[in-house]
Order: sequence, then structure tokens, then C-alpha cells
Amino acid sequence: MPILDYLWIIPLLPLLGSALNGLFGKNWPNKVVNTVALGSTGLSFVLAIEAVREFFANGQQPFRREFVEWIVAGTFHAGFNLQLDQLSVVMLLVVTGVGFLIHIYSTGYMAHEGGYYRFFSYLNLFMFFMLILVLAANFVLLFVGWEGVGLCSYLLVGFYFLRKSAADAGKKAFIVNRIGDFGFMLGMFLIFRTFHSLDFSAVFTQLATLPPENMGQFGVLTIAALLLFVGATGKSAQIPLYVWLPDAMEGPTPVSALIHAATMVTAGVYVVARSHLLYTHAPSAMYVVAVVGCATAFFAATIGLVQSDIKKVLAYSTVSQLGYMFLGCGVGAFSAGIFHLMTHAFFKALLFLSAGSVIHAVGGEQDMWKMGGLASKIKVTFWCMLFGTIAIAGFPPFAAFFSKDAILFAAYNSEAGGKTLYAVGLLAAVLTSFYVFRLIWLTFFTEPRYDEHHVHVHESPKNMTVPLMILAFLSLTGGWFALPALFGGKDYFTDFLAPVLGSVEAAGTEGSASLEHTLSLVAVAAATAGLLVAWRMYTKGAKQGPSTGLHKVLYHKYYIDELYQAVVVSPLVWVSTNVLWKVIDVGFIDGIVNGVGTVSRAIGDTVRQTQSGNTRSYAVWVLVGAIVVFAIIFWPILHPALFGEVRP
Amino acid sequence: MTGALVIFFALAALAVLGAISLIVQRHPIHSALSLIVVMVALAGLYLLMGAEFVAAVQIIVYGGAIMVLFIFVIMLLNAGEEERTNFSRLATFAGVPLALAVTGLIGAGIARSSASLPAPEPGGVLTSTRTLSTLLFSEFVYPFELTSFLILVAILGAIVLAQREN
Amino acid sequence: MVPTNYYLILSAILFGLGIVAFVFKRNIITIFMAIELMLNAVNLAFVAFSQSLGKPDGEVFVLFVIVVAAAEAAVGLGIIILTARTRRSLNVERVDLLKL
Repeated sequence: MPILDYLWIIPLLPLLGSALNGLFGKNWPNKVVNTVALGSTGLSFVLAIEAVREFFANGQQPFRREFVEWIVAGTFHAGFNLQLDQLSVVMLLVVTGVGFLIHIYSTGYMAHEGGYYRFFSYLNLFMFFMLILVLAANFVLLFVGWEGVGLCSYLLVGFYFLRKSAADAGKKAFIVNRIGDFGFMLGMFLIFRTFHSLDFSAVFTQLATLPPENMGQFGVLTIAALLLFVGATGKSAQIPLYVWLPDAMEGPTPVSALIHAATMVTAGVYVVARSHLLYTHAPSAMYVVAVVGCATAFFAATIGLVQSDIKKVLAYSTVSQLGYMFLGCGVGAFSAGIFHLMTHAFFKALLFLSAGSVIHAVGGEQDMWKMGGLASKIKVTFWCMLFGTIAIAGFPPFAAFFSKDAILFAAYNSEAGGKTLYAVGLLAAVLTSFYVFRLIWLTFFTEPRYDEHHVHVHESPKNMTVPLMILAFLSLTGGWFALPALFGGKDYFTDFLAPVLGSVEAAGTEGSASLEHTLSLVAVAAATAGLLVAWRMYTKGAKQGPSTGLHKVLYHKYYIDELYQAVVVSPLVWVSTNVLWKVIDVGFIDGIVNGVGTVSRAIGDTVRQTQSGNTRSYAVWVLVGAIVVFAIIFWPILHPALFGEVRP
Repeated sequence: MTGALVIFFALAALAVLGAISLIVQRHPIHSALSLIVVMVALAGLYLLMGAEFVAAVQIIVYGGAIMVLFIFVIMLLNAGEEERTNFSRLATFAGVPLALAVTGLIGAGIARSSASLPAPEPGGVLTSTRTLSTLLFSEFVYPFELTSFLILVAILGAIVLAQREN
Repeated sequence: MVPTNYYLILSAILFGLGIVAFVFKRNIITIFMAIELMLNAVNLAFVAFSQSLGKPDGEVFVLFVIVVAAAEAAVGLGIIILTARTRRSLNVERVDLLKL
């Protein structure tokens, strides 16, 4: 049975699982909930592999099909169109594969939590929306998935809704996302207006015939690209809309792994890559993307240097790595950006899940200053986390070395300010290595800083450690598609994506191989430098000192949240309360509604006076009526000037 | 000033005075008698116009039957002088102006539109009893039968209404 | 001869006087008589038009008006008798059961 004809089953299975668990899961034992949730996701994964196999069997022909006609309004046509091309293949496998692993992990991590069925229902719902997003063949359906994952983010971040900080974090995530979504919608409107369609193939075919705009020219294409990027900054946590992601660590750790590391936050990168034709036609927008990505990469890395919560370090690390992906897209290396997306999904999910394992081991403590010396006690978790750490730092032959290297190389070779972008990116790489090894030293080495009598450190169960090991393996091998390129051979990953993302990338294969080798060595040296500095500072006698000066600023995240609160949130709340509520709603609208009642009553009171019961006044009213009738009848006679000649 | 005009003005004055008397008198019996005066004056005017049959019917039916009925009821109910109550301010203040307005409207309308009509001539076969009755039984036979039915209903109604409660 | 206008204006005046009586008098029977006055004024107008235009139809209408007036007077006076019995007064302002 050709699965491609039934491509819609892949997203639908998790939806079914979500519905079943959501409606009936309350009364089911954990085992049944597990079966439904893991079964639907696992089956989705299997079918996804089958779909990819068919794709290859068809000679990698892009598959596009409208499954259901949805919106037909005049000339606007949008259907449930799903497509499968090379880019979709990458995203699909990442989403279903990593998603499935995290589902397995969650059965262990959430085993003793209340609302077990609810968690899996939401998680499956998220899978559904994410799959819709990556399989969509037009902007409208993509936006459905886009919004849906935002909703699931809210539901899952605020999973422990009885905790105020968690509920607030959920709201923050959703609202900040919404701001980005507004930009995205405006971008969609602009695209529709320009190309009269929102279908990917229709838009990009027309786009290919247009000349690219000049740098510094803000034409329609540039503005549309920038608006779409606004949406991407919201969803993928770039400056200025990244503020929700660190707060989103209030959710359970598997949520952080799945949504905020591997899948949802990558939706922005996916959109930029999917619309790469739009961006290559709008060099100003691409430059903005590159600069924002680079700045975010550096900015978030600096904040991550001093955080004490293990998950917060990883959260800022995510923001920083996403910045790298946008940097890659911004300098034209779209496939490098997607490559980093894939490797990042592996090692960041690994890091988060390992962190979850650590937290589980020390009984729920998340402050690194209260850990220490765990390496000998939780060996499996330690080795997995180490794999992830080495990967993110960029040491070969682990995955991120190849992807990060490709991005930095492309940045170096790009025209406008490429060297600066490269320098900042390299600096961020140093910082990345530093903070991630700082995490390792503080958590796994040095003396135990927790109360050994109350905390019984134990390794996590198999359903948690096995996914960790699989992800560790992928973190090691995930980048080997590009391994031959190191020795002058082919880069299989870029070649695979070439039909979709184009082989003509701004800095793609140009530049000498020796330059690339040099830069790779520089990157490794940077990573080593970070590692050594962290070793020096945190191995012996590491103590948490008082927070002053620069440290204080970094620890408080440059006070950005406070800034937003003062500049954006407080004025809005003031306007809402004093203008919209008191003046417009209570005064004006209620005034009108109550006024209608008051006026009706007043009129009624007045008219009631005629009902006096007095026959003589009734007679007078009849007379008044008679006069009116007489006047109407005799009007043409009485005013002949208006109706014709005088009748003598 | 022809004789007809003199007679007209005399009869018209009589009618108007009778109507004013109807308004002014306090006892209903005086009002009834004033109304009879008005009717007689109007009968005279009909004669002046040449409608003899109508004049006769006016005197016989209106004056002789309806007004007698009124007087009988006044006597039956022992109606006395009118009470001077005045519960309706509206009627007091708006009554005269509105009446004037109506009169003015109708009068003005009439005056403007009928100035060209020929004057009514007395005499002529046109309005003889024979003509009227022919019309009544040919063209207007349907309303004629209906009015007979109407009278029947009125009789029945009056009998039912005036019954003493047993 | 007498122009038709004169008869018609007289009719209008009598009608107006009838209205005045209708509005100002308090005795039910007097009000009824005012109605009869108004009907008479209308009759005058009918006859004037009939004679002026030379069509006897107007006078036939007058006959009908008189018949209807008679029937109406009979029934109306019957109602007045009943009302006078229950209310023990002929003052129309005492008939105020419809007052709110």
C-alpha cells in the first residue's frame, strides 16, 4: 500500500492518540496510556520511514497532493495539501524519531506525576501539529501547525498549572509567540497579495521569475521576508522575542527537550529555509536574519555563562544555537542551517534528557551549586551527557563540528561584514564550550554539595537511559554525512538537500579547501580554549561567590524582562485598565446598553400619560389623528404651488 | 341680494345658533331641543336646494324618531344639570384649537376646490322621489338590504341591552 | 342662486361646532347629540354636492346615513342606559376604569 497516498495518516495517528488519552485516559492505568501514546507516535515513525523509503524509490520526486479541499473563497484557494520533498524528509524523520524517543523517556520521567494521561495527550497533540507544520504544502496549513504548536507549548509549559510561576510561564510563551505570529500573518497577507496564492509551489514558481531586490531596497519581497522572520523570532526565540524560552523551563524536562530544543523552536528555521527563494531575492532581509542570528548566538551565550539552574543554562544554549542556524540561513547556507538543526535536535535533546535524568537522580534539585560529584554515581547519565557536551562544543568527530563549521565557513565567506559575523560566531563558540563544560564540572565533578543523607542518588530506569544512549549515538554519528567533504569528497547532506535549497549558496562551495581546513582547526582550538578555562575556574574549590558587577548583569539576563515589563507591558496594562475598561467598556458601551434601557423606560413613562382613563382626552387624541389624516388628504389642495396650478 | 340668499343666511344663522346653544346649555334637555332646531333648519336648507324627499325624511326620521328617542332617554335617566368636573387638562386646552384646525382645514380645502361648482337648482325630475327610489332598488339594492339587516341587529341589540336583569 | 361653496362652508362650521361639543361636554347623552350634529353636517354636504353635480346618488347616501344614525342611536342609548345604571352617573369622566 503506497503510504504516500495516505500521507495524512502520519499526522493523524498522534491526534488520535491525543484524543483517546485526553478523553478516556483519566480512568486508565499508566500502562494503557503508554500504549496509546507510544503506539501512535511509534507507528507514525514507522510510517514516516516507509514514506521516505517510497520517496527514494520514486527517484526523489517531490510529492504533493491536495487531500481535502478546505477554503474556496473567490479566487483564494487553500486545501489540506501535504508535500514530501527532501527538506520535508529531514524534518519528518527528526520530528518523528526524536519525538518517539522522548515519548519513551517520558514514561519513566513522568511515572509518578499527577495528570499522567494529560501529559501524553498534550504531547501527542503537539506531535500532530508539528507534523502538520512540516508536511504542509501551503502557508495556511503551515500556519495551522504553527499556531497549534504554540498552543501545545502553552499547555505543556503550564503543565503544573497549580504553580503560579508555571502558569505565568505558559502565558508568557503563548503571548510572546502571538506577537511573532502577528508578523507572520502580515507576511502571509503580503505574499498572497503579491502572488495571489499561498501554495508553496505556486508562490515559489512565480518568485523565480522575479528579479531579486537590491541591498537596502525595501520592496515587497524584503518586507514579506522580514515579516515572516518576525514570526520566526517569536517561535524560534531570537532577539527580541526570545524571553519566553528561559521561562518555559517551568515545564517538565521532556517538554523542554521536545518542544524547546528539538522541534517547535526549529519551526522558524524551517520556514526560513522553506522560503529560501524569497530570502535570496531579498538580500536586506537575509542580512537582517544573519545579524540577528549572530547577535542572539553571542548574547544568549553570555547569559548562559553564569546561570545556576541546570535547565536555564541549556535554555540559553538553545537560544544561542538557534542563532547559529539563522546565521547560516542569513548568509545563504540554508542547508548548513538545516544540518545544524538536525544535529542540534540530537545533542540538545540528549542534553535536556540527561539533565532530566540528573534532576531525577538528585530528587528534583535543579541548582547546579547543590550538585557535584555525580560522575561515579550515575555513570550512564554521565557518559551520555558528556557525549552531548562534546558534541555541542564542536569537537570532531561529533555531529555539531560539521554543522557549526559549515555555518562559520559560510559566514566567513559572505560579502557584507562576513568577517565580523565569523568573529562573533567564533567567540560565541568559545563561550558555548565554556558554559557547557562548566555545567559538567559543577554537576559531575567537584565535591558533592548536597545533603548525602537526604538525597539518595540513583540511576534512572531503562526507559529513560535507553533513549539517552540512542541520542548519544546520534550525537556522535549524526554529522557523518558531511565527513567525506572534510577530505575533499562530497558533502552528502548538502547534496541531498540541493534540489530543494539550491546548490548555489552564497558561500557554498567557494573558497579553497585549505581555508576550510584552517577555519575548522580554529574552531576546534576555540572549543578547547573554552574547555580549559572552565576547567581552571571550576574544578578545584569552586564556590558560588557573591553576584556583583558584570556577573550580576549577566545573571539577571541584562534585565531585559524588567525592561519589557516597564516599556511594553505596564503601559499596555495601564491603557487597558484606564482607557479600554473604564472609559470605553464601562462608560461608553455599558452606557449605550443601559442608556437604551433608560431611554425606553423614559419614553414609556411619557407615553403612559396618555392612558389616563379619561374619555374626553381619548376623544382629543382621536381628533389629533383625524387632523393628521385630513392634512395629508388636503395637502395637495392646500398647497397648489407645490403640486401644480392653482385651482380657482 | 336675491331672496334665496336671504333665506339661506337666515336658515344658516338659525342652524349655527342652535349648534352653539347645544354647546352652551347646561341641561341635556335644552341641548336636545337645540339640536331639533338645527335639524329643522337643515331641513329648510334641503328644501332650498330642491331635495324635498330628503327634507321630509330628515324631519320625520331624525326629528320625529331619533330626537324623541333621545328625549325619552333623558327623561328615563332623570338627567340633571351637568357636573362641572374637569379631569382632562388636555381636552380643556387643546379642544378649541384642534376644532378650529379641523374646521379650517376642511373649510380651506373645500373653498379652494369647489369654487367652480354650479349652484344647486331647486326642482327638476332629477331628484324626485321616483328617481331616488329607482336608484335605491337598482343600483343600491345591496346596501339597501344590508341596512335592513343592520336595523334588525340594532333592534335585537337594544332589546338585549335594555333588559332588566332577572 | 346660492353658490355651493356657502352650503359647504356651513357644513364645515357645523362639523367644527359638533367637535367642540364632543370635546367639551361632560354628559354622555350630550356627547351623543354632538355626534348626531356632525352627521347632519355631513348630510348637508352630501345633498349640496348631489344637487350641484346633478347626480341623485348623494341623496341616496344621505338616506343610508340617516338609517345608520338611527340604528346607532338606538344601540348607543341602550348602552348609555346600562352604564348609567351601574355607574349611577351620566358624567363621562366618571367612566374611568381604563385608568392605569
